[in-house]
Amino acid sequence: MASVPTSVSAFSAGVKRGLTARGVSETVVKWISFSCALLCVVTTFGIIAVLLSQAIPFFQKVSPIEFFTGREWAPTRNPASFGILPLIAGTLMITVGAGIIAIPIGLLSAIFLTEYAHPKLRAVLKPALEILAGIPTVVYGYFGLFFISPIIQKIFPEAQKANALSGMVVVGIMILPLVSSLCEDALAAVPRALREGAYGLGATKREVVQKIVVPAALSGVMASFILALSRALGETMAVALAAGSNPVLTADPTKAIQTMTAYIVSTSKGDAAAGSIKYQSLFAVGVTLFVFTLAMNLLAQRLVKKFRQVYA
Amino acid sequence: MFETPSAHMRKRRRADAIFKILCFGAAGIGVLLLITFLVKIWTDGVGRLSLDFIRDPLSTRPGRTGIWPAIVGSFYVMMLTACTAVPIGIAAAVYLEEFNSKRNRLVDFIQLNIANLAGVPSIVYGLLGLAVFVRWFALGQSIIAGALTMSLLILPMVIIVTQEALKAVPKSYREGSLALGSTKWQSIRHQVLPNAAPGILTGIILALSRAIGETAPLIVVGAASLVTQLPSGLSDRYTVLPIQIFDWANESRKGFNEAAATAIIVLIVVLLALNSLAIFLRARAQKRAI
Repeated sequence: MASVPTSVSAFSAGVKRGLTARGVSETVVKWISFSCALLCVVTTFGIIAVLLSQAIPFFQKVSPIEFFTGREWAPTRNPASFGILPLIAGTLMITVGAGIIAIPIGLLSAIFLTEYAHPKLRAVLKPALEILAGIPTVVYGYFGLFFISPIIQKIFPEAQKANALSGMVVVGIMILPLVSSLCEDALAAVPRALREGAYGLGATKREVVQKIVVPAALSGVMASFILALSRALGETMAVALAAGSNPVLTADPTKAIQTMTAYIVSTSKGDAAAGSIKYQSLFAVGVTLFVFTLAMNLLAQRLVKKFRQVYA
Repeated sequence: MFETPSAHMRKRRRADAIFKILCFGAAGIGVLLLITFLVKIWTDGVGRLSLDFIRDPLSTRPGRTGIWPAIVGSFYVMMLTACTAVPIGIAAAVYLEEFNSKRNRLVDFIQLNIANLAGVPSIVYGLLGLAVFVRWFALGQSIIAGALTMSLLILPMVIIVTQEALKAVPKSYREGSLALGSTKWQSIRHQVLPNAAPGILTGIILALSRAIGETAPLIVVGAASLVTQLPSGLSDRYTVLPIQIFDWANESRKGFNEAAATAIIVLIVVLLALNSLAIFLRARAQKRAI
């Protein structure tokens, strides 16, 4: 009888060391799941390595100074000209325009949903925003080209069929649900006591919202703006359809423009041969886009972290 | 007792009323836009909607084209994407939540990576797929290259939703199981995963429905637009529904624009069906939990 406990403890020690069947499967499962988790790190480095491996040969042929300061983007012309400013200007124009549309509407609708809405009304508004968020971006593009553009052409008769303004509107609509739902989370996390304290001092509802709730949730609200803008920056199909594919440096929103993403789509469709400068230019533009969005995402994460520390 | 409100108070109340109306208007815009969307697509596309349109092959003539190859292509890509991204995503989430609950630096680093990957524009994944799967692995412009690219794209999303579902399983389930002498993996397999299953399934359906609508990376890895034959294997050329919509919307011929709207109706119906399934599963899981 005395030998039983020893054999049991020997068994459990064996499990721990991975010597028994149970211990082996335990270790194997752990390592398999670990390698799956590691795949994400591999993907990140894969993206950076792939972008750089093609962008570096590109920058050996085209100097970075020419690339980042050139005002003309004409990759198919002979001699080709690779100045990315028109693409960056187009991208920023769409991003800023979309932000101007989506940020105020999104914040106000989040305020309505958290502070004012009756549960029954919320049950109608919230799913509508969720469905809007689930619509594929190519459908937004169709909507921009065949619904918003004709309206813009009626207002500005000289506007082109695909134009920057309709791209802005359509991307603005696209990121609206994102702004709204992220702001809602931020506003809902503000402790009740803060609101009640303000009501107790005789503030009206608007005063509570504007002077207490929104400032208290500010870093979360800002993070939601940045995340939404970074989505607008990387948006492809809606702008490729609605904003056109004409890389010109212009401040006129009724003209067709081209964004970085739209360039990548339109050029890769045409089967650029591997190793050609056109193929490499895709990755040079990709690197620029990646750096922009990464910077914005990191900033948003820092803001969210700060926000969590305050109210967690 | 009741004094008439002062001028200052009246002003404050008026500002309140205006602000409330402004907020309500902003919230209403979402519903209004959704309705406008659906009405516009429906009026543009309903004329072509028929069983023949769904089952006919693609054609260069706008009046005769169908979308069957695109539907088949979308189906193949999605199935293959699900087969690769779902097991890997669940395994990664299990590692991060269960095997390594002590938040060490490595886990923090992996977590940071996942958060960043979720924010990388989809077209950048397309470039990754183009360089790695299409050129380096020499898979060419095949279904498998498209599906692998798509898997990498939705992987962060699958991991995040699975982690959320795992977090929602009460700690006592794990402790009870461990106390009865099961190993960690046994308690995960028999207690934690079955209880998290509805949540995981809901998240996966939502991730896949996002992938169905995703177009940009597939264009970059070379999905064709006019495929006359149905793909017969995983290394064949293919097209998917959103790419067809993109090409037809870009066409100058009116008939193709109409076909694009009809294809959008088909796509939205599929997505709504998937989303309703997800909502149904979530509701059932919540009911069971209570």
